[in-house]
Amino acid sequence: MRVCVRLYAGLRQKVSEAILASAPAARAGTSPLEVWLPAGSTVGDLMAHLGLPEGSARLTFVNGISRDVDHALAPDDEVGVFPAIGGG
Amino acid sequence: MWILRLHMRTREHRLEDVPQAYTRLGGRGLTSTIIHDEVPAQCHPLGPNNKLVFAPGILTGTDAPSSARLSVGAKSPLTGGIKEANAGSAWARAIAELGIQSLVVEGQPEGAGGYWLAHISWDAGQGRPTAAFYPADEYVGKDLFEVYPLVQQRFGAGAHIAGIGVAGELAYGNSGVAFADLRGRPNRYSGRGGLGAVMGSKGLKFVVLDPTGAPELAVARPELFREGQRKLAAAIRSHDVTKPKGSLNSYGTAVLINIMNEAGGLPTRNFSRGRFDGAAKIAGEAIFEAVKVRQQHELYNHACSPGCIIQCSNTWFAEDGTEVASCVEYESDWALGANCEIDDLDDIAEMVRLCNAYGLDTIETGTTLAVAMEGGVAPFGDGKRAIEMIHEMGRGTPLGRILGSGTETAARVLGVRRAPVVKGQSMPAYEPRAVKGIGITYATTTMGADHTAGYTIAPEILKVGGAVDPLSPEGKADLSRAFQATTAFIDSTGHCLFIAFAILDIASGFEGVVDEVNAVLGTQYTVDDVVSLGNEVLRKERAFNEAAGFTARHDRIPEFMTYEPLPPHNVVWDVPNEALDAVFGRL
Repeated sequence: MRVCVRLYAGLRQKVSEAILASAPAARAGTSPLEVWLPAGSTVGDLMAHLGLPEGSARLTFVNGISRDVDHALAPDDEVGVFPAIGGG
Repeated sequence: MWILRLHMRTREHRLEDVPQAYTRLGGRGLTSTIIHDEVPAQCHPLGPNNKLVFAPGILTGTDAPSSARLSVGAKSPLTGGIKEANAGSAWARAIAELGIQSLVVEGQPEGAGGYWLAHISWDAGQGRPTAAFYPADEYVGKDLFEVYPLVQQRFGAGAHIAGIGVAGELAYGNSGVAFADLRGRPNRYSGRGGLGAVMGSKGLKFVVLDPTGAPELAVARPELFREGQRKLAAAIRSHDVTKPKGSLNSYGTAVLINIMNEAGGLPTRNFSRGRFDGAAKIAGEAIFEAVKVRQQHELYNHACSPGCIIQCSNTWFAEDGTEVASCVEYESDWALGANCEIDDLDDIAEMVRLCNAYGLDTIETGTTLAVAMEGGVAPFGDGKRAIEMIHEMGRGTPLGRILGSGTETAARVLGVRRAPVVKGQSMPAYEPRAVKGIGITYATTTMGADHTAGYTIAPEILKVGGAVDPLSPEGKADLSRAFQATTAFIDSTGHCLFIAFAILDIASGFEGVVDEVNAVLGTQYTVDDVVSLGNEVLRKERAFNEAAGFTARHDRIPEFMTYEPLPPHNVVWDVPNEALDAVFGRL
């Protein structure tokens, strides 16, 4: 299944080179990253697939709702991933 | 320590010993106590009986990390209730160095006209601070970026400036008090609630401080202080949000644009949607990347005040590399950007600069522009017209004066039903329909809609200090109450509220703050006392507001939010009134 991933606050640069090499627009941040995963994959599976260093992804939103690593993804889900951030 | 009173009718000053009852107070705790004790709650905010109170925090002036914050308080002309507006600056440190626990500005000149500059310095002969008044009419009606350097030049490098712009002179409900930043520019604001108009109503244009010669502040228990300072600094330097090159130091507060957009809680097009198509173009990441190109190197953020180790203030540069605005905060970026559907950072930064030049609050300005756009004065998304409307506010044209009155008044004049305000103050950058806890804070805080009064966004969106569902009202009354009380305490210490990101997750950091306070005051507070100390402040503020005429009916979210579903989650404001009334029912 395909999911669309947006990576924020420096996380894009931490995705494995193998994935970014085939997605120049996503590398430049001008479009989301399209990722194909086996059916039934979870948020945690997605993080592993992206090769993000352990603990770097702190907040994950799926279709606008905050989800944990064991949340099962569905085809065409929109995923936003953030490191620890704060502001005001 | 002293209380220094400036009497603006006679232009005399009086130095008083701090009364016993006030010796443990600072910052918001002290401004709110003085207003509660001395200002008649039903007075006109711009009349002679209101008082403008400045108070550095308990720790301000010491070497506690990120502690050069100051509270400004008065009865607010925007809300009609008590107000505390907080800013970080070297001015805050300077007033503490002068031994002034609180500066109280009273009365007003009789008859029309006449602005004054109060200069406060250290009288080495007498061993105490002293004040002098100078005519300031030559600075009136001008761009603050022009006049701050003139005042600096006149009073020398050791001088620290606070003042008001045209917005305060014209008595706008939207007017702040501007403190010089670390490079002397009018960029650090106690922005909310129209306090610039209160200062203007007293004929006071500037307060210039010069602490040269003042003795170093003594700390009662230096070893305990160093221990507390060490624990807090370690927490700040290790937490991912607050550490060097962490998210605040890299991307500034505007790093929140993307996450609030993802969460469907970024108010867009005058609070009619929770997502903005142009969000990524105006986000903190976009600022960081564009600055890297325009400056040809990565630029990390700087401090608003001396001794800050978080350093979250960004800078925006024009294409030719010249500086435009310092800084573009999340709130300003959102208010002047997403909420007006403007996605051009050059336009947004120019608007920030103009707000600082004219003495306007960026939040109230952006929310008012959006209401004007909805009222047909300009199209949404038109950055150039938005800039022109701010110039109208600065020139004091009839339209500008309506806009300067603030969002609620502008909405009424322009026939706009969707006025996102509580107690007359406009909402900041979090949609209450999509983040219920912050809506409860907006509704129930004494301040009018104010995110900093009880920042439940931390657990609702950022997973700091816990993790709860933003769309659910469950347990949020308790959450908001706890955050409001803790905030009232932090705002009294002089610490920046952003230390909360570190100390909510790292217990030793929280202990460090309490250690610092005990070391300075000679008290024996524990971490468990923090909520009750904060509640003491909230009780006084609630009592003032009740005496001013506020009731439970004022602790409400605007009606349109109860029946207009907010995309993308299509949620309405569904927190029962009983839950709102429960927030302070047991205070």
